[in-house]
Amino acid sequence: MKNKGQDVYMISGGVTKFTKASPDADFRLRTKKAFDYALNDIGMTLNDIDGSVASYFSDHFQRQLMSGIMAQDYLGLTPKPSKRVEGGGATGGLSFQAGVEEVASGRMNTCAVYGFETMSHVNTWKGNEFIALASDTNFDYPIGGFYTGYYAMMATRHMYEFGTTVEQLAKVSVKNHGNALHNPYAQSPMKITVEDVRKSPMVSYPLTRLDVCAMSDGAAVAILANEEKAFELCDNPVLIKGIGTGTDTMRLADRPLGKVILLPNEKESDYKNLKYPGIHSFRAGRSAAKEAYESAGITDPLEELDLVELHDAYTSSEIQTYEDLGLCKYGEGGKFVEEGKADLKGKVAVNPSGGLLACGHPVGATGIMQAVFMFWQLQHSIKKHFKDDALQIGNAKRGLIHSHAGTGTYVTATVMEAVK
Amino acid sequence: MTINPNAKLEETQEGTVVYNFDPLIVKSHYEIDYIHSYAQDSEFFKALGRKEILGSKCKKCGYIYATPRGHCMMCGAETEWHKLPNEGKIHAFTTCYFGGEAFLNETPFHLVIVEFEGVDSLFLSRIIGVDTEDLYIGMPIRAKFRRNLKLNPTDVYFVPKA
Repeated sequence: MKNKGQDVYMISGGVTKFTKASPDADFRLRTKKAFDYALNDIGMTLNDIDGSVASYFSDHFQRQLMSGIMAQDYLGLTPKPSKRVEGGGATGGLSFQAGVEEVASGRMNTCAVYGFETMSHVNTWKGNEFIALASDTNFDYPIGGFYTGYYAMMATRHMYEFGTTVEQLAKVSVKNHGNALHNPYAQSPMKITVEDVRKSPMVSYPLTRLDVCAMSDGAAVAILANEEKAFELCDNPVLIKGIGTGTDTMRLADRPLGKVILLPNEKESDYKNLKYPGIHSFRAGRSAAKEAYESAGITDPLEELDLVELHDAYTSSEIQTYEDLGLCKYGEGGKFVEEGKADLKGKVAVNPSGGLLACGHPVGATGIMQAVFMFWQLQHSIKKHFKDDALQIGNAKRGLIHSHAGTGTYVTATVMEAVK
Repeated sequence: MTINPNAKLEETQEGTVVYNFDPLIVKSHYEIDYIHSYAQDSEFFKALGRKEILGSKCKKCGYIYATPRGHCMMCGAETEWHKLPNEGKIHAFTTCYFGGEAFLNETPFHLVIVEFEGVDSLFLSRIIGVDTEDLYIGMPIRAKFRRNLKLNPTDVYFVPKA
């Protein structure tokens, strides 16, 4: 990053419980509930907010354009500045970073980033059709547009390149659903086994129902501030240490077969015969990590990160993402989860909240939810917000959140750090 | 000018489908026909009627794309149409047992990413005439074409090479 601007802190957050369908409240009321939780948690008022970013993915799910301004209006934030940010599954991560930029640039002293999605207004298969419209409608969608199918092809290639097994994929599901047993905000906490995952109905070979996240209704809010406001409004703010964003081709089939983009802890000889990214890895994820690590001064991510909340829309993409983030080398992701390194008490806890697999994935809210859970982890306030401290990572000092779109088209990585 | 204090909206019997009363949940219908232009990709779809798959070749750097694009992502230069072989290999595969609503009645179906010799990028398609357990990465496959075109990318599909 050429100029990081002024330091930005997260000072509060709120999340609604994610559910399959919550028809009692619309997106405005859900967002209001998460927003009020965030304001009340530190005794802020509307007057303390300078502006906002609205985070939501789809106009199709509710057939409502300009939902952003409807939330802004309902929250009582008009006539303050606001904009909508959209980038598929990474909408939340991109919006969070847009909020960081509003404060870093000095335009706002405080910024509310609110995310929401209402996916229950259409049936699951129509929802899958809408999501598949986020693939090239000339060449990809008409072939059988289905995101699980696209990810399943990446998984078969990852298995071919690196020997990753379906049992290793299943271990991600067991871990994340299990973590969520202690997260009251999660949609699908479950105590399951590798066998349960494999016996669950096949969605797209090799991914079963339990390898895939669900659609959800939900909202999440993150409040950001510059240093002066952060310490004025909050006893225990968390520093946004670095941000990174990467992109890749819309069509999976267009990904080049070139050289690995190296992180500081890797060398070219690690990947002599690997054609990269192909469809087995996410170049956007690696690019996002590289930029975030450079701006946060991280050279050895496995040693320097205490926990990670990453975009596990599929068990396979969690394994692919360990590698993109440099928690292990390319090809070692399956072994990484198998050896328990991503467990709650492992080398680096990955998705202690339960991730998308267990928390649900109300797209525009998801990346903000990760920020809120990470914020509470780094504040060591999980017990206060979850009424249970089983998921509190004892040494949580520095963490990374990761948001991911399409077949890896937009990916964000944000490093957050405790200052107290 | 009309001032009619007795004006009354005409009643109809269409009504509304109600799923639930508390909260009130009703059916809201929506459908649309788009006027979809294939624009600079048009030639690809026309060529499928001649049993040809057209990719793109960059006029400047020579990079060859299996899925066509008007300009090269490597150097930004314009591309030209480039005929692809009708045979290739499976680069990755899956079988979809569920899908988007539009494709649910076609399940289960196989998706494949196809690689062609001498071509730098890949191509998404379907394969028929095989079961999941027959599919493997590296499997030689051959393109077939619909006789009655739909003018979408399903006009080409793959079968195992004899």
